[in-house]
Amino acid sequence: MNVIVCVKQIPDPAVPGALDGGTNTLKRDGKIVIDESDMYGVEMALQLVDAAGGGEVSLVSMAPNGETSGLRTALAMGAVKAVLVSDPALQGSDALTTAKVLAGAVQRLGGADLIIAATESSDGYTGTVPEQIAEVLGLPSVTFAKKISINGSTINAERQTEAGYDEVTCPMPAVVSVTAGVVEPRYPSFKGIMAAKSKPVDEITAGDLGLNPVGWAGAGQKVSKVAEAEARQAGEIIEDDGEAFGKIVGFLENLKVI
Amino acid sequence: MAINSIWVFAQATNGVPTSGTLELITKARSLSSNVAAFIGGDGAAVAGALGEYGATKVYATGDLGGKLPGVAVASAMKALIDGGDTPDVIMFPQNYEGRDVVSRLSVKLDRTVLTNSIDIEDGGDGITATTPIFGGNTLVSTSFTGSAPYLVAFRPKSFAPEASGGGAAEVVAVSVPDLGAAGGAQVTAVHVEEVTGPKLDEADVVVSGGRGLGEQAKFAMIEDLAKLLKAAPGASRAIVDAGWVPYSYQVGQTGKVVKPSVYIAAGISGATQHMVGMKGSKNIIAINKDKEAPIFGIADLGIVGDVNVVLPKLIEALKSR
Repeated sequence: MNVIVCVKQIPDPAVPGALDGGTNTLKRDGKIVIDESDMYGVEMALQLVDAAGGGEVSLVSMAPNGETSGLRTALAMGAVKAVLVSDPALQGSDALTTAKVLAGAVQRLGGADLIIAATESSDGYTGTVPEQIAEVLGLPSVTFAKKISINGSTINAERQTEAGYDEVTCPMPAVVSVTAGVVEPRYPSFKGIMAAKSKPVDEITAGDLGLNPVGWAGAGQKVSKVAEAEARQAGEIIEDDGEAFGKIVGFLENLKVI
Repeated sequence: MAINSIWVFAQATNGVPTSGTLELITKARSLSSNVAAFIGGDGAAVAGALGEYGATKVYATGDLGGKLPGVAVASAMKALIDGGDTPDVIMFPQNYEGRDVVSRLSVKLDRTVLTNSIDIEDGGDGITATTPIFGGNTLVSTSFTGSAPYLVAFRPKSFAPEASGGGAAEVVAVSVPDLGAAGGAQVTAVHVEEVTGPKLDEADVVVSGGRGLGEQAKFAMIEDLAKLLKAAPGASRAIVDAGWVPYSYQVGQTGKVVKPSVYIAAGISGATQHMVGMKGSKNIIAINKDKEAPIFGIADLGIVGDVNVVLPKLIEALKSR
């Protein structure tokens, strides 16, 4: 069984994000890492291929400046190869263009039995790309899966809902988006990290996929205004001296909650 | 531009429209006098309630027979649009079903989609939607550059639902075209996780616990405190991911958005993920060991201390009242 995982490489979330004042895109000049939400998908893919007794895990990614540091993490975990669509022209791409690009990269790899993505990225959190990829490829999909198993050519998944979860079956090939916490991502071993350095990353442009226009030119939207939100003011902050609970009681009394 | 008509992707539970649906219909009728709801299910049951909030029409697919709504509803919408009935704007809730439908439809129509919006405006730049980024500290307004229909998904509680007193909406049956391979996913069983007490997104008081509790068993303190305050218990993503409590407890970007009168964050540092889900609360009380924790930046009352020390004393004090 072959699985392709969509991987986003994002600015280190430990550093506060900022917009580039000229382009209104997220600044990407610092350290670039794999989006932590994608590590669950990579782990899930590795486990499913293992359980199937054969096949491989490949990666697709899109980034404006040829970044591979995040992909190397996923390759170190055990993926065998990657397609990176990188092109300065991709800057400013909307979610729909991103989905077309990733779907194109999936096709370049010859497709797969299963395509896995996170439910949303940790920087842009649009949350539409996995389902858009499915539609571009004409495939069925299960979004927000918190548990997956494979039975022959059918996926059995538990899908989160507002009230709880649904059991869903879906024939392969299919696209599945997985929630964080679906599995515990492994730490890359030293051997894995060394091996990842020489694993193939096929770097191509949007033009190689026959996609044009992309980036701002292809986005059906433009940023018209960026403003600071009204900040919420901090109130009284006290160190607990053993009696701070009394402050909370008083606060709740004032509000007539108790 | 003048907005001739708006569709709202509507959802209902047991024949009752969700509050999110009523929020969007309320907003829609302030932008256009021609508001239609579009539901992947039975239309007759909801026509009265949707009409009361301002919808004049309900497009209804009827029972989807266990198909996930994403492909099915998007295909039915596309068929209607291809038939010449094109709304200027289609509004979606930013939730599981809303995201699936709008994503599928955006590809079918080759239109961009603006998500996580909290407001929409018809002004000098045409249709513009506002989205909070960086945990809500920055507001980005984005306008559409292509042609209608414009697809926008809204965060829960962006608008206050308000009845208009309208009569029942006209029900129009729409059919779901053959979905082919894309429609292969099928729901085989539905599980409802039982929640006792007030619902998280409707409760007047919410008590949430996070990693600072230290271990799963300590979440019982959150449940105890919630019971004493007639509050709903909630949780940060960290402890939901760790499996301490079910996903239905999660407050935040990927969980529930809450706006209670009082929000108590116990052992939660205040990751952006969490803050966007609760910063609309009227009063925020935070208890955390780390005095640098971001949660203190928005707390009305902040206690720098160990939740495992403060909470037992608080619970004891409330019990003895």
